[in-house]
Amino acid sequence: MPFVPHTPEDLKAMLDVIGVTTLEDLFADIPESMRPKSFDLPEGMSEMEVCSHLEQLAAKSRTDLVSFLGAGFYNHHIPKAIDGLISRGEFYTAYTPYQPESSQGTLQAIFEFQTAVCRLLDMDASNASVYDGGSAIFEAMMMAVRATKRSRIVVSEAVSPIYRTMLASYTSNLNLEFITVPHDNGTTDIEKLKAAIDDRCAAVVVQNPNFFGNVSDFTELFEHAHAHKALGIISVYPVMQSVLKTPGEMGADIAVAEGQSLGQPLSFGGPYLGMMACTEKLIRQMPGRIVGRTEDLEGREGYVLTLQAREQHIRRAKATSNICSNQALCALRALIHMCLLGPEGLIRTAELSMERAHYLADRLTAIPGVELLNDAPFGNEVAVRLPISAFEAVDKLVERGYVAGVPLGRYYEDMDDVLLMACTEKNTFEQVGILAEMLGGIL
Amino acid sequence: MKTVFAQSVPGRTACLPPMPEERAEAFIPANLLRGKRPALPEMSELDVVRHFSRLSRLNYGVDSNFYPLGSCTMKYNPKFTENVAALPGFANLHPLLPQIKSAGLYTQGALEVMYESERLLCEVTGMHAFTLHPMAGAHGELTGAMLIAAYHKDKGNKKTKVICPDSAHGTNPASAALAGFEVVNIESKDGLIDPAALDAVLDDEVAALMMTCPNTLGLFEKHLPEIVEKLRKVDALLYYDGANLNAIMGKMRVGDVGFDVVHLNLHKTFATPHGGGGPGSGPVGVSERLEPYLPISRVDKLRDGRFFLNYDYPKSIGFMAPFYGNFGVVLKAYAYILRLGGEGLKRVSEYAVLNANYMRKLLEEHMHIPYNRICMHEFVASACDQQAACGVRALDIAKALLDKGYHAPTIYFPLIVKECMMYEPTETESKETMDAFVQDLIEILESAKTDPVALQDAPVTMPVRRLDETKAARSMILIDPA
Repeated sequence: MPFVPHTPEDLKAMLDVIGVTTLEDLFADIPESMRPKSFDLPEGMSEMEVCSHLEQLAAKSRTDLVSFLGAGFYNHHIPKAIDGLISRGEFYTAYTPYQPESSQGTLQAIFEFQTAVCRLLDMDASNASVYDGGSAIFEAMMMAVRATKRSRIVVSEAVSPIYRTMLASYTSNLNLEFITVPHDNGTTDIEKLKAAIDDRCAAVVVQNPNFFGNVSDFTELFEHAHAHKALGIISVYPVMQSVLKTPGEMGADIAVAEGQSLGQPLSFGGPYLGMMACTEKLIRQMPGRIVGRTEDLEGREGYVLTLQAREQHIRRAKATSNICSNQALCALRALIHMCLLGPEGLIRTAELSMERAHYLADRLTAIPGVELLNDAPFGNEVAVRLPISAFEAVDKLVERGYVAGVPLGRYYEDMDDVLLMACTEKNTFEQVGILAEMLGGIL
Repeated sequence: MKTVFAQSVPGRTACLPPMPEERAEAFIPANLLRGKRPALPEMSELDVVRHFSRLSRLNYGVDSNFYPLGSCTMKYNPKFTENVAALPGFANLHPLLPQIKSAGLYTQGALEVMYESERLLCEVTGMHAFTLHPMAGAHGELTGAMLIAAYHKDKGNKKTKVICPDSAHGTNPASAALAGFEVVNIESKDGLIDPAALDAVLDDEVAALMMTCPNTLGLFEKHLPEIVEKLRKVDALLYYDGANLNAIMGKMRVGDVGFDVVHLNLHKTFATPHGGGGPGSGPVGVSERLEPYLPISRVDKLRDGRFFLNYDYPKSIGFMAPFYGNFGVVLKAYAYILRLGGEGLKRVSEYAVLNANYMRKLLEEHMHIPYNRICMHEFVASACDQQAACGVRALDIAKALLDKGYHAPTIYFPLIVKECMMYEPTETESKETMDAFVQDLIEILESAKTDPVALQDAPVTMPVRRLDETKAARSMILIDPA
């Protein structure tokens, strides 16, 4: 019997000990009236059959597509050593480290992850992760609402629309007010954001690079927010963060990120991980697990889950968040990824990606009728306006094995002809050249 | 053990990409660049591999040994499901591909996995429809509580309260609060929901009751039909916390007996690994009347058999995940369900319940078992006798179990039993494993009588002794100062 080790003799002996005759006797508490009306599931399959079935389903995907899709989720190289380490059963078949003495591996790894996140984002404290980049913004916002006791959130329209729709859903039953400040032709409109911040505002939320790939400095914006006793929240892209001005340098109070670009496969949308970091002042508002260093009875260094009075298993309805399970194994992947790349590796990844994206922009703008959405600085992702519908352009190129980017008409008005294109170090210059030629050919 | 930061040696590298032709300054104005490089570890690949291999040896998983952690269903995680999730046709799929019309064709396999997983979970639970988007159990609870809020709002009901029994998981009240509800607690009686206590708080403002069945004491809620009736009368909904589904597959379907919303924990019942705290997956199933409110997108099937993502559900609560949930986790659960089939899933519950009752019987002469009757997939013992007789607490026994090479059971939960130890062996453990465990546990209980101090000192064989949690909270060393 798959995954049930009992022999008929075991079963008999165990039923005897319990003092019943059949397995069904153990379910006597469930009255006949409550028994299943149906349980019409397929018959079990052998391991070979299941694998073959799923291999066939997986084969329906085309894995040879050359992709310029990004929009917050990037196809970076994942060092092979990660999978080997992650598949050690002591890590991946463990539960949340409730017994610290037998969980020092997970606990020290989380502590190291927290440290790496803080060093990358230049912040004081971090946690063991939340579900994804979107839920991280939500949790950051709720931190600000609690810390300021205010309920108005100013958010830039250049923050990922994928996340803004999540925020709208999550807060639909909470008495929060959103003020969405329009982007300025793809750039984050700092002046309009400043104008929207007043003394009722809990936080201002921006993204860097923003959804269109543009890079900004939000130092002045956060200063302005602080002058109104509001908090500054910034969502960043970890790979680009290795070269860009940090949330800490800009004076952000809470920094969050989608950690997918750090060693997580794209995996059709998950599992990913939400990274969160904040200033020292806000630590007690942080959701989820936090690991702290301490000592054992003999003075040896060790790690425990700490500040648990914030959490649902203690505070129940009054907890800082309802989160329990997080994305621990994904956080471990991200940590190992950062260790394998090191600072120089992460910086080179960002630079190689930028180099390709800038080459792409040069090639595209040489095509008559194609122009960049704006002339603001960008990293590895750029929005271009085409002379035809971006949906149509992308569709045509897919047949030829290239996914040119994300058409933005779905997310923004008047952007049916705008295409968001991302490069990583995995896109070759040759591929970029072919894409530019093919695109030129269909316009 | 030294952290990765303490091991860092400037200039050492592992997986260094080639040198770019131009550096960051060529692309980004200097005022937008960071002042200092991030102080991440600089290590060789072997340094990294050794460090994390060593860390893994300080850890303990189901693969290590018995893990009877109640309410967490730490069953064996079949290895083949990892290979399935790593298939390039799944692992390399960008989530935005299906939004490009002609590329949607290339995601049909993944969409089929989602569609079929939803269908299978519907049949297991008797629910009308499922969403796979919630990324953990508590995230499923939040989704469920939001669905309840949306339903009442749409009907014009003025509902402000959600009832949670005192045996509920802490996430239940926390999730209900996050969905905007006031939480009302009710006390259990004889380990079960007390219909009289429910009557006392039930009024027109109650939106729902959140419960799990069997409950966290491992007991089947016998008053369930009566509870369903009471809630119907005030148009309140019934929420099922699927944390304990491992007890009842093929024996009861929550949809058949009147539940409107259920969340499942694929990382419990459906054998996907817990990963040291995640990623999980918390799909939510609903009755027909709640279907219109499910999160978008939803996977639908065209007449020609093709699958597509449908966003056209105007009453939907919106987006709970950036895309379609933790797809990689769903894949593993799908493979597990196909492997076992209907008979296999039923067998899971039968043997999970068998194992729990067997352990309960082996233990009953040695520990106080407050509700000592036929239990479901887990049971609760109490160390109150040991505490009274020799000052040994549940915590001490738990730590002594670590020294014997086991993971401890869940302790001090549910909150309603003093010196609580909650055991859930799961169906994947053999009779020999449980016999040996109980033998070791009995030895510990015997030694409590003769040498309680030794137990209060446990563990002594772990990488560290008991840790000073007060110091951790006070000194707040949350990042490496190295």
